[in-house]
Amino acid sequence: MSTSVSINSTQRIIKEILEVYPEKLQKERAKHLAPNDPSGQCSTCQVKSNIKSRPGVMTVRGCAYAGAKGVVWGPVKDQITISHGPIGCGQYSWWSRRNYYNGITGIDTFGTMHITTDFQEKDIVYGGDKGLMAALEELRQLFPLAKSFGILSECPVGLIGDDIESVAKKASKQFGLPVVPVRCEGFRGVSQSLGHHIANDTIRDYILGKGKLEKSTPYDVALIGDYNIGGDAWSSRKILEEMGLRVIAQWTGDASINELGIAHLAKVNLIHCYRSMNYICRHMEEQYGIPWVEFNFFGPTKIYQSIRKIAGYFDDKIKEQAEKVIAKYKPMMDRTIETFRPRLEGKKVMLYVGGLRPRHTIGAYEDLGMEVIATGYEFGHNDDYKRTYPELPEGALIMDDATLHELEEATKKLRPDLVGSGIKEKYAYHKAGVPFRQMHSWDYSGPYHGFDGFPVFARDMDITINSPTWGLIRRKR
Amino acid sequence: MSIAAIKDHTELFEQEDYLRQFECKREFEGPPTPERVKEVMEWTKSAEYRELNFSRQHIKINPHKACQPLGAIFCASGFEGTLPFVQGAQGCVAYFRSHLSRHFKEPMAAVSTSMTEDAAVFGGLNNMLEGLENAYKLYKPKMLAISTTCMAEVIGDDLNAFIKTAKDKGLIPQDLPTPFAHTPSFVGSYRTGYDNMLKGILSYMTAGKKGDPTDAINVIMGFDTYTGNYREIKRLMHMLGIKATILADVSDVYDSPNDGEYRLYNGGTPLEALMDSVNAKHTFVLQRYSTQKTAEFIKNEWVQDVSFYRPIGIRQTDAFIDALCAVTRKQIPKALEDERGRAVDAMIDSHPYVHGKRFALVGDPDLLLGLISFILEMGGEPVHIVCTHSEKPFEEEAYKILSSSPFGASAKIYPGKDMWHLRSLLFTEPVDLLIGNSYAKFLWRDVGVPLIRIGFPIFDRHHLHRYPIVGYQGVINLVNWIVNTVLDEMDRKTINSASFDVIR
Repeated sequence: MSTSVSINSTQRIIKEILEVYPEKLQKERAKHLAPNDPSGQCSTCQVKSNIKSRPGVMTVRGCAYAGAKGVVWGPVKDQITISHGPIGCGQYSWWSRRNYYNGITGIDTFGTMHITTDFQEKDIVYGGDKGLMAALEELRQLFPLAKSFGILSECPVGLIGDDIESVAKKASKQFGLPVVPVRCEGFRGVSQSLGHHIANDTIRDYILGKGKLEKSTPYDVALIGDYNIGGDAWSSRKILEEMGLRVIAQWTGDASINELGIAHLAKVNLIHCYRSMNYICRHMEEQYGIPWVEFNFFGPTKIYQSIRKIAGYFDDKIKEQAEKVIAKYKPMMDRTIETFRPRLEGKKVMLYVGGLRPRHTIGAYEDLGMEVIATGYEFGHNDDYKRTYPELPEGALIMDDATLHELEEATKKLRPDLVGSGIKEKYAYHKAGVPFRQMHSWDYSGPYHGFDGFPVFARDMDITINSPTWGLIRRKR
Repeated sequence: MSIAAIKDHTELFEQEDYLRQFECKREFEGPPTPERVKEVMEWTKSAEYRELNFSRQHIKINPHKACQPLGAIFCASGFEGTLPFVQGAQGCVAYFRSHLSRHFKEPMAAVSTSMTEDAAVFGGLNNMLEGLENAYKLYKPKMLAISTTCMAEVIGDDLNAFIKTAKDKGLIPQDLPTPFAHTPSFVGSYRTGYDNMLKGILSYMTAGKKGDPTDAINVIMGFDTYTGNYREIKRLMHMLGIKATILADVSDVYDSPNDGEYRLYNGGTPLEALMDSVNAKHTFVLQRYSTQKTAEFIKNEWVQDVSFYRPIGIRQTDAFIDALCAVTRKQIPKALEDERGRAVDAMIDSHPYVHGKRFALVGDPDLLLGLISFILEMGGEPVHIVCTHSEKPFEEEAYKILSSSPFGASAKIYPGKDMWHLRSLLFTEPVDLLIGNSYAKFLWRDVGVPLIRIGFPIFDRHHLHRYPIVGYQGVINLVNWIVNTVLDEMDRKTINSASFDVIR
């Protein structure tokens, strides 16, 4: 085994980062940090992932509830999604992910509402099932246009042994509507990730196959794993429709229950966020023989590639139309690059995010002449990292479940010009004078997906890196 | 390419192609007919719906409260070198940190013990032991303030015993301060958690510290998310020449200077001052409903005088300052008298625009009480007062204040109600102005009532927390926000009429 200079140098940096840790923690964390080897030859360059975070260490991770609510079920617009348990979980996740939807909130859609059974001590002692049934009945009366009810369990529900499944069954029978019990208690699993899986399974068990679609065409696809943050799914859908495809279901940004129920009728499932929705795609492949294809709509290079990859599943008509779409938008993409590349060329980026972004955004940065020198996942699995290594230069730093300390030290040593991470990291970077973008919610901007998203992405990176405000900081001598 | 021409989400989706896309997508959504949607929408505005809405018992819809642990770590973060440490599942801490960062636009440090299924079965001792060791070595806190989430509470983790075990095993030093509080999220709200943690910290840190009385006073702000309030109180103390310790002083924690360096710990009540707080001559508490147990503790255990003031508005600020001066034997300086005069002057100048205006308010008890008395002083009329986590004594206190003024005659308190109840109230008994947090903007949208953002959390406006709402300066800020909201609204309403005045 030979290791290159850049790999060795990153290895040294990792060693220094870990020095401060107690021995046991050092050993444990060493498995989660590695220099990148795009070829996959270097045996020490593979990170371990999807493992419990160490107690007392400032992890960025959330919980299964966060995964189920924030990503999979929260964005489904015409379902009443109940945060079942104490008051906090639903409050802290209330409309924080910007999963845009069309509809009249409180009437035919419910996405920006915080609905909770607000557990009190008596619910812990006597159980919450009775109250849950009563709550469902009250909601059914108040919101007659709700298409479904979701019950997202918080920690105590699983600990006190409540039987939300039987409540759901009873209510479902009574209402003639789906009532979906989601066992996403926050203590399950090691991160948000298990919450995605659990929630996927409930779509499979309670909704999939039950929707209505008038007619089918050979061009029917489902857009899976796009949560419509700042309108991402809409700018993605626009491309697919212009290619001549018919998007019969959009999961789960701006999704309706009916769309969740008809995706199995698609000819191909197109999946953007592999991490959070590969489960249901695999199910539809096994059960209904629907192929699925991963695509990436960040930045022109990846968009062109993805359009052609998707078109490859269809006839010449779609293939020709795909080329036309590319030709139509290429001038706009080129102009975007011409405008922003001179302002961003050579800038180094460090990413630490969740889902698909740690690898999917790399191409968009590269289109702008920027280089991603470090990346990592909050809750990635081995298959995410395998998809990431080839996307990055040799010696780039790979971080799994990074701690605040690791992010800080890596920043000091690698000196990126831009860091992209979450709200908990954002303001620490502001204090340190490092340009930062919140890459979970696009810092309240977006969309970033698709042709319409790329100029917004480029503009936002420019705004952040080239803001005159950074120059005002007077560092302590 | 013109950068200004780039359309983001605020304009992009108004484009023709997107509107067409949305229309076509409906085919797959299986939506109700527009007529049916309209019918239901109108029904939700009716008295009949209001009655149905108010009859619900088992579900909260858009409530105004959050859970105990948030209050606990907020309190803990207000002490020098203190790391809030939470025994429980990790997602909670991720949520608390996000929530506070979104409000203050500041970093917030706290750790959890990342309890998972095995802890659910075997208890959280191992998580606590490893967590304390790691947190101490990594973050070198001067104090670890320990609280819990509902998970640790349901399985019955014994903090006291666990911490003792960690110290006996030498995982953390014996003399490292480790105050703790049990803060189950299924009891009370963040105010309860604040109270429990503060009491935990005070009792732990002042044990055995009783000595000669000093002439200093203590001030407890309560669950107060206005960093400007803390600075205002400190300025006031300085002005009056009073030596005061603010217990849980979060002002520098959530409003730290940018000097190119991120500090894990910035500001907070010095631990020396905290330990000496037991010897102060008096403790002033500026929120009654986030400090009950703490105040009882100070009265009974420290045998110290405690008094409650809520210096929002002129009269309540007067009362606070008079009491301060009486306790510390100080005279009100001319500069402060002038400040009062300026605040009253501002109120008089603006009063015509607020007089007789009907207000709806949603918030926490102490803030509500402060705002009620201020609104009454301006001649405004509080009408709907919604408090999701209410308490009987608060309701009594509120009615007492309301009944002291003819402007309070039409007010009603709605204890335990939420913002979906308030929606019904606003449709069936309209008001002119709404005061609440950022989530009240959904009411602004649905009902069209102008919103003045006062409270917590405020996510969608920047910097409001830097402006005090206490003291005479606070009065000026309140007048500013309220009267200028009225004037903005007048401009909007008169945009197509002759009443579009340039002088108001």
